[in-house]
Amino acid sequence: MGDILELAERYRDEGADEVVFYDITASPEGRRVDREWVSRVAGILDIPFCVAGGIRSVEDAEAVLNAGAEKVSINSPAIANPKLIEELAARFGSQCVVIGIDSETTADGYRVYQFTGDPDRASNTGRDTLSWVREVQDRGAGEIVLNCMSSDGVRRGYDVRQLKAVRDICDVPLVASGGAGTPAHFVDVFEQSGVDAALAASVFHTGSLLIPDLKARLADCGIEVRL
Amino acid sequence: MSVAIIDSGGANILSLQAALGRLGTDSFVTTDADRIRRAPRVLLPGVGAAHDAMARLRAAGLAEVISALTQPLLGICLGMQLLFDRSEEGPANGLAVIPGDVGKLRSAPGMPVPHMGWNQLNITRADPLLDGVNALDYVYFVHSYAVSPGEHTVATADYGAPLTAVTRRDNFCGTQFHPERSGAVGARILANFLKASS
Repeated sequence: MGDILELAERYRDEGADEVVFYDITASPEGRRVDREWVSRVAGILDIPFCVAGGIRSVEDAEAVLNAGAEKVSINSPAIANPKLIEELAARFGSQCVVIGIDSETTADGYRVYQFTGDPDRASNTGRDTLSWVREVQDRGAGEIVLNCMSSDGVRRGYDVRQLKAVRDICDVPLVASGGAGTPAHFVDVFEQSGVDAALAASVFHTGSLLIPDLKARLADCGIEVRL
Repeated sequence: MSVAIIDSGGANILSLQAALGRLGTDSFVTTDADRIRRAPRVLLPGVGAAHDAMARLRAAGLAEVISALTQPLLGICLGMQLLFDRSEEGPANGLAVIPGDVGKLRSAPGMPVPHMGWNQLNITRADPLLDGVNALDYVYFVHSYAVSPGEHTVATADYGAPLTAVTRRDNFCGTQFHPERSGAVGARILANFLKASS
């Protein structure tokens, strides 16, 4: 908890444009994200704040939004109950509704995975990623975070090709996730796949990449950033 | 000083209260007409639909109360839109303390609606609310409706077309963006509002 508050403060002061709080084991463990954490983080941040993890109903989302989050991000629960996307968009507006998608390149093409927060429960849903991207937009998603699983955690760069394929059919803001290791990876994903934003965790948490340095590099490359 | 935040429904009043708290200002959330009238500053936030928010204000008997306020009032996002005459969303009649209409943003390639994200300000007229704020500073927007720039616009932002980012008529002012989520620039704007003399 202390670590989370410290991180939130550090990212705020370093110039992050948004913070996403992921409780990745919430869905596989069948629990909800801790509201107390949400409100304490929300009280520190003066930038947009999105919460992900185990939000399975309009009531769950309402509690998180009332605790001070701007947006909720739904992944596995949207796969289990796609109508939830429409219900959330109708109740809170599309701007609050982020859909997270864990996608893997398979022999059959890009496929959607669920419960990826737990290696024992992670499974291929058989859904085609591109058709799921279309469906969630039709149902009212206001933003999509595409986490490319084979890139995730290995810091060899974003899956630019897959992100470009999704960008081509995605009319709402698209956030790249999975694979960031160096500033060049960020430059590549913005220049080559046209995403609206890039998300990273471990490179920032460990301090191996500092946000001000990264933003300066992006600005040097002619990519618009808030400095 | 304790600031009144009018409860117009919708979530996220907490992040506004936290932002005021970081500036050392207490606030309370209310629909009580007397408490609103007596407050030295009044904030009108809003997330959700214009017709729902107006229905809620009218049900609480607040439409006339707000229109008659003489202390500084800041509308945020939907709260700013409610200050105008009418909104296409609903449609709904607003509080009509600032002339003008609210229209739906038109989506275009690369310009999805809702408009979400950091955009730069173009300051079109000096205003105490923007004291210390520089042209091209970034602020954070989340909206599907907007007001075209007009006589009472003091700053604009571009999203396909220019839109009113900051508005002012006498003691009534508003921001289309969320100052409570706009980093140091947003904090400055809130601080300017809190120290405003009229």
